[in-house]
Amino acid sequence: MMLNRRATEMAVFTLFRGCALLVVLALVVLLGYIVSGGLERLSVEFLTGMPRRANTEGGIFPAIVGTFYLMLIVLSISVPIGVMSAIYMVEYEQNSLMGKVFKMAVYNLAGVPSIVYGLLGLGIFVAFLGFGFSLISAGLTLSIMTLPLMISSAREAIAAVPSTVREASYALGATKWQTIWHHVLPYALPGIFTGMILSVSRAAGETAPLMLTGVAMSLQRLPDSFFDSFMALPYHVFYMATQSSDLLATRPIQYATALVLLLLVLGMNLFAIVLRKRYRDRYRW
Amino acid sequence: MRKNRHLPPREKAIQLALTVATWSSVLALAAVFGELLLGALPALSSISIIDFFTGTVWNPSHPIYPLYGILPLFVGTMMVSFGAALIAIPVGLGCSIWLAELASPRVKAIFKPAIEILAGIPSVIFGFFALVILSEWIAVVFEPVTKLNALNGAIMLAVMMIPIMVTVAEDAMNAVPMSLREASLALGATRWETVRHVVIPASLSGVVAAVVLAFGRAVGETMTVLMATGNATALHFDLLRSVQTMTAAIAIDFGEVEFGSEHYHVLFLVGLVLFVMTFLINFLADWVTRRFKEDY
Amino acid sequence: MTIAIRTDDLHVYFDKNHALKGVSMDIEMNQVTAVIGPSGCGKSTFIRCINRMNDLIPGCTVKGKVLVDGMDINDDDVDVVDVRRRIGMVFQKPNPFPKSIYENVAYGPRLHGVVETGNGKGRRRKHTKRELDEIVEHSLRRAALWDEVKDRMDKSGTSLSGGQQQRLCIARTLAVDPEIILFDEPCSALDPIATAKIEDLLVDLKKDYTVVIVTHNMQQAARISDRTAFFYLGDLIEMGDTKQIFERPQKEFTEQYITGRMG
Repeated sequence: MMLNRRATEMAVFTLFRGCALLVVLALVVLLGYIVSGGLERLSVEFLTGMPRRANTEGGIFPAIVGTFYLMLIVLSISVPIGVMSAIYMVEYEQNSLMGKVFKMAVYNLAGVPSIVYGLLGLGIFVAFLGFGFSLISAGLTLSIMTLPLMISSAREAIAAVPSTVREASYALGATKWQTIWHHVLPYALPGIFTGMILSVSRAAGETAPLMLTGVAMSLQRLPDSFFDSFMALPYHVFYMATQSSDLLATRPIQYATALVLLLLVLGMNLFAIVLRKRYRDRYRW
Repeated sequence: MRKNRHLPPREKAIQLALTVATWSSVLALAAVFGELLLGALPALSSISIIDFFTGTVWNPSHPIYPLYGILPLFVGTMMVSFGAALIAIPVGLGCSIWLAELASPRVKAIFKPAIEILAGIPSVIFGFFALVILSEWIAVVFEPVTKLNALNGAIMLAVMMIPIMVTVAEDAMNAVPMSLREASLALGATRWETVRHVVIPASLSGVVAAVVLAFGRAVGETMTVLMATGNATALHFDLLRSVQTMTAAIAIDFGEVEFGSEHYHVLFLVGLVLFVMTFLINFLADWVTRRFKEDY
Repeated sequence: MTIAIRTDDLHVYFDKNHALKGVSMDIEMNQVTAVIGPSGCGKSTFIRCINRMNDLIPGCTVKGKVLVDGMDINDDDVDVVDVRRRIGMVFQKPNPFPKSIYENVAYGPRLHGVVETGNGKGRRRKHTKRELDEIVEHSLRRAALWDEVKDRMDKSGTSLSGGQQQRLCIARTLAVDPEIILFDEPCSALDPIATAKIEDLLVDLKKDYTVVIVTHNMQQAARISDRTAFFYLGDLIEMGDTKQIFERPQKEFTEQYITGRMG
């Protein structure tokens, strides 16, 4: 009887280990194909050159710059609003009815499909506000899309600061904002920073909203203003893989672009993970 | 909490700024819903809502008789999402149990970042992989009707669902207190029996929420299915044939649609349906978590 | 004796839970007053009323008067920040800021600045570096910590031992120059040697400050306090000179608690 139960346990646990192995395998295979496929075409010229002959030759510099601009817009809009919301939700409206409403809004915003954000951007920024198919329309759309991620990671970081620190500060006669500014925020900063990197990298990898807000298939120049159209790395991968004039001949370009995007996004994610690990034990409470 | 009536003006100004910033989320959610509604409404004046929901043909670009039946797209979305769930649920659960109950701290320290990395990969990369590599493998194994098909999208979506599931489900299992496990083990149960009869029932709400949440993401995913499933709009239930999902239809059709046309507004209507679906799915996940949550 | 704090029919509710049921008490200036009682008797809730720390707890309402220098600090018109500057508090678990030792002590004075009372109206200005150094040194000396930390003022406050951390928290409170200092079970997380140091310090502090200490340790109350108040289930049962409370308690409950038959 006992032997039987032991055998069952062994079998089931082996199955579970297999599942975990399968997931790791999927990751390795995926990364392996992209990396090995992309290295062939990757070069300095590829990174810094303009695309030529309908993207079948030359580099992807405008796509890199476009993605960089998008990240910049998200950084300057989503991060401040996200951090401010997080502060307000944790420090001012923790248990109130309004606090629950805010939490619900953020939760639901996080679940909205990215293509729906594209529709929002199209309707509001492109059409209603008249920004046209442009960098700013796409950037603002991505900013709204990443806002819930930014808020929830900042909220987590701020809520992790123990209440004893707040009490100590209040007991010395500090005001609420002094307490937040001098104590809560500095100690939550590594966590907020991690959330910031993750949000920006999410924006960098997003494609669907761009397709409705102004991404261009090919440009021989860089965008000269926020109202100009632009190229972006993830869209370039999609476009080259599905619509370029010779799908097979440009495969190396597709792989190499995917690799550049992957390195950019995963590089940021890895940095965030390392940062979080390093700072997790910085403050011993 | 008692409010201080003696706030200096600076503190009041700051509090106001924070309030405004926080309202932006509520405003954004309202804007999403409002914009979809506004964009979709004009469509209802020229097409019948019943035809839209029951129509079996999606052929919006027909020059004379465009047909806007959402069923093929809806079935496409459901086929890839359920297909993905069918694969992701057992693998994801096995993975979560392994992570929460069996893995040593050292292995965990490597595996958890790996899961995060997987979750961080842009969807267009998954789509690219499905298009170029996975479809070839499927072609060899299943000899499908079309090389890009629902199965291709489902498998790729499953890989994307797993990290979401594992993160949420593992959290739920970790929240089960050690003392419960010890009580079971002390009664002579094996570790597997403990997991099955104690840990899983105790964390069930979190595990179910994890599955529902991951499913919601699959329904809303665009790029992967757009690149993987071939985008044929015929209505059928064959996993080995090409399908188009609701998300993919919006993404593709907007490339050629005329601004303000009937087709344009119908696409907003599809977006509205999609939004309501994911909203309900997320609501379900949240409800499951709240309703069946055990407090330890 | 002068009365430093007088509470009048003080009630505290946590949502619907009636935690303090009409406490009226006089606390005398420049004495150590101990508040004792079994867990959940409302003793911590009581002293947290004196500097309005209960304001921070969601769902908490305080009714009644807390008179300090004849002014009701529980009144809505009173600036709570000012109350807390005048009435300091040291907590159960040492909670230094994860900043340097120097910054921990200098934080309070930096917040409040110096009020100059030259020609008529008071004007507020920042401390000079030198003034700040002096306050920090003086506060640390007063908290009997200076000799142990003077060579490592830029080390983090959290790197100190538990007892040192608690004395740092006391120094931090002294640096704001309060009139009253509240101690909420300050030794419950400390070993006996660290506890003895804090107790000596408390007795020494009463020369300059009014000290109120909540403790679950009756021996501690007997050792250091001048007057003792006994709380039970949200009521003030008895208050008197410490000697009297411990040797000739008037109330049945008090005697049972003191002799260890309850609690």
